[in-house]
Amino acid sequence: MLNLALQMGATKTPEAVLFWIMAPVAVIAALGMLFAKKAVHSALLLAWVMITLAFFYIAEGALFLGIVQVVVYTGAVMMLFLFILMLVGVDSSDSLVETIKGQRATAIVAAIGLGGLLLSLVGRATVGAQAIGVETANVKGNVQGLAEELFTKYVWAFEVVSALLITAALGAMVLAHSQNTKSRTAQRDQSIARFRKSSLAEAAGLPAPGVFARHNAVDVPALLPDGSAAAASISGTLKSRGDMLESAIFELEVKEVEED
Amino acid sequence: MDISNYLYLSAALFTIGAVGVVVRRNAIVVFMCVELMLNAANLAFVTFSRLNGNLDGQVASFFTMVVAACEVVIGLAIIVTIFRSRRSASVDDASLLKR
Amino acid sequence: MNANNAIVLLIALPLFSSAILLLSGRKSDKWGHLLATAVSATTFVIGVYEFFQMHSRPSTDRPLTQKLFEWISVGGFQVDASLLLDQLSICFVLLITGVGTLIHIYSIEYMSHDHNRRRFFAYLNLFIAAMLLLVLGDSYLNLYVGWEGVGLASYLLIGFWNQKPAYATAAKKAFVANRVGDVGLSLAIMIAFTQFGTVTFAGVKAGAPHASPAALTALGAMLLLAAAGKSAQFPLQSWLGDAMAGPTPVSALIHAATMVTAGVYLITRSNFVFDASPTAQAMVVTVGAITLLFGAIIGTAKDDIKKALAASTMSQIGYMILATGLGPIGYAFAILHLLTHGFFKAGMFLGAGSVMHGMDDEVNMRRYGGLAKAMPITAVTFSLGYLAILGVPPFAGFYSKDKIIETALNAGGAKGILLGGATLLGAAITAFYMTRVIVLTFTGAKRWDSKAHPHESPILMWLPMAILAIGSVASGFLLSSGSALVNWLQPIVNAGHHEHNEELLKPAVVSSLALGLVLVGVLTAVFKYRTVPVDAPTKVSIFTTAARKDLYQDSFNEAVLMHPGQKLTTGLVYTDEQVIDGTVRGVGSSLSIISTAMRKIQNGYVRSYALVMVLGVLALVTTIWLVTL
Repeated sequence: MLNLALQMGATKTPEAVLFWIMAPVAVIAALGMLFAKKAVHSALLLAWVMITLAFFYIAEGALFLGIVQVVVYTGAVMMLFLFILMLVGVDSSDSLVETIKGQRATAIVAAIGLGGLLLSLVGRATVGAQAIGVETANVKGNVQGLAEELFTKYVWAFEVVSALLITAALGAMVLAHSQNTKSRTAQRDQSIARFRKSSLAEAAGLPAPGVFARHNAVDVPALLPDGSAAAASISGTLKSRGDMLESAIFELEVKEVEED
Repeated sequence: MDISNYLYLSAALFTIGAVGVVVRRNAIVVFMCVELMLNAANLAFVTFSRLNGNLDGQVASFFTMVVAACEVVIGLAIIVTIFRSRRSASVDDASLLKR
Repeated sequence: MNANNAIVLLIALPLFSSAILLLSGRKSDKWGHLLATAVSATTFVIGVYEFFQMHSRPSTDRPLTQKLFEWISVGGFQVDASLLLDQLSICFVLLITGVGTLIHIYSIEYMSHDHNRRRFFAYLNLFIAAMLLLVLGDSYLNLYVGWEGVGLASYLLIGFWNQKPAYATAAKKAFVANRVGDVGLSLAIMIAFTQFGTVTFAGVKAGAPHASPAALTALGAMLLLAAAGKSAQFPLQSWLGDAMAGPTPVSALIHAATMVTAGVYLITRSNFVFDASPTAQAMVVTVGAITLLFGAIIGTAKDDIKKALAASTMSQIGYMILATGLGPIGYAFAILHLLTHGFFKAGMFLGAGSVMHGMDDEVNMRRYGGLAKAMPITAVTFSLGYLAILGVPPFAGFYSKDKIIETALNAGGAKGILLGGATLLGAAITAFYMTRVIVLTFTGAKRWDSKAHPHESPILMWLPMAILAIGSVASGFLLSSGSALVNWLQPIVNAGHHEHNEELLKPAVVSSLALGLVLVGVLTAVFKYRTVPVDAPTKVSIFTTAARKDLYQDSFNEAVLMHPGQKLTTGLVYTDEQVIDGTVRGVGSSLSIISTAMRKIQNGYVRSYALVMVLGVLALVTTIWLVTL
């Protein structure tokens, strides 16, 4: 694949083919990311856009950046995103209904304005400009060329950025570190808390899920003595994920006892 | 193929990112949109590098990536902290500035 | 006891005692009056000691100063809380503590039925402390503290029976009228500071010869205003009559003998200002002459014994003020008259109090009559005071008042004739109204109803009266024999080198003239009041009506000051509420409306802010693009 991209970058027509296939897909993916209801979908679509961009980098003669794009962005950053998504809750799907009045309309106007402005600016700046190409700069190899730039001309910025990275790592540690201000509630404390509640109904603990003899999976609520489903018997995570079966299908039919 | 097509693509992605930042409420998605904007800028840099025939654009793009990595680390840490205290990842819930 | 360090005790002791009595509450009811009287007597002893110490020193070393602490130190402006005891102050110290102690003793009995007697004595001690600070301060600013202190004490004591609204109003009236004068004093202090950079008497005295006449005249006018306020002089005289609402010992001490003479003290103390400004002196004599006639005329028509005496006080202080306006020689006579007046007027007030005490607090003289038999001691002491105020030789008034009349006549030219005429006329009217008081009260048929049982007052009351009566008889002779007081005060008021006008009349002629006029006044009164109707006649001449109404001073104040003032205040309140508040509220509500609109932008949503940023970038880039197009 890498070789394919490199070859395509070297020639004119294949690059155009690559661009015209992948650019629309990237735009569609980006738009999809905008409209996806679930954050996970957005993350995956973004990862796709980033991989596309990696292709383009390589096609444009920025081999090093292309690799870094894949390794750092798609590999590390996006994984971090997904990791946090899992931590925060996959179920936190975003309602797309706008709550701030006029926000969406203004945003669309602003987007059209910004997009139009950028496009016209780019067009104005590049019309008739001939690309010089990085072939001469990459004569010793793209990585070597970049290294030369980084360690001579941009060495100061490079050092500053290293400090920035260290600071960011420290900052993340400080921010993410949570200090327990209260001692962790142990089983004993939970028991006491249960009995301290206003009603003693829950003192015995929550009912276990599953309808005996019919279905005993954790995603089926238990039945109360009167035959109705006990919602409290299902784990909250399953409930919010929607992975809960209707216990009605396992419910006993209430038969009327005929009296002699 | 005209090389400025990359720039048009960059502009389009940037705008989409900007709209995402403004429209989406989930802090993580908002953050991803910011990343999209940064990537669009990177693409522009790389293209400029090719247009000008030197590697300065690529170096700028490299620095952008580093800074973006830092930003992601800190930003996500902040999101986790906020989520921990407010049980919400919506940027609209963190509207304490109003009061 | 060090003479120098004891000065502060004069002020500190009564102040401390007053604080004890006010703070200790009902616990001290039993012994409070005794403590206050003892403290007052102690200050008198200290005063006497200081006097003899001073007397034994040579004339140049007599003034003593005691610096208590540095009070104000602002840049070049330095004021020390510092006391000055010189020949002038010691006269006042002796008068205040001496008469004050007698009146304390008198009050023990007089106020014995009042369950707030302790509070009364606390105020009396507060007054003594403030009055002593007034006369002992070595700068106008220190004096000002005492000045306000006596104002406060006077207010508290006039309104002592403040359960009666009329008395409380009288106290307020005195306070407000005094406030006008106080403004004058504070302005005087400011003028002194801007002109001389200091407010001490010594500093102003040193600077006075170099100051501009206009500044000195302004300073003198402001000091005169202050004196007029405190001493009930025209045009601020209206409060004194109402001040009689206070208990009679208060009237005797504060509103006859001491506080009201503070104006005379102030002018005498500032003699260097007035000597350097003939205009200010002219104002002083004018005020004095007007007031002495004003008070005398009011006195002829009053049926309330205390108000008649109050009018008399006003008139007598008019004499003193007039004397202070007559240049160096006048000051000494003013102080002489002040001291003798302190004796005889306090004595007469105490006598009036004794009469009221025996007559169940009846103040209307038309319901007295023939009381001499019932209360002989009171009648005798009162009569001695009466003879003293008339200026009959050899009683005290003869030595002081005749000197003032004489000096006024000798002021030279038309001024001398006018002033001398006024003082002589005043003497005649004084004789008339004082005889009227005597005749109505002590002689003639008894007019009281059967319920009253006039009786002589107990010893604690008549003893002070007797002592003051002795003073009324002897003080004039003692103080003026060999020009004792004049020589004593000479270093302070420069009495030595007064300009010699040619004498208009010989002293003997003046005295005979005055005595003749007094005789006319006495005979007129005796003739007119052979019979006295119990109810005041209503069909009287417009002059009597005017005098009864205090020569329309209250009506004048109300018409000229109060009603326009109320109109102005109403207008100001309206302006304040509608224009100023309206503007403020308008600004506030318009801001609130704008804020309400603006607040919608500040909705707290990060996304809105981001959108605004996007729009901003858009606007910025567009602008740059358009500019560089």
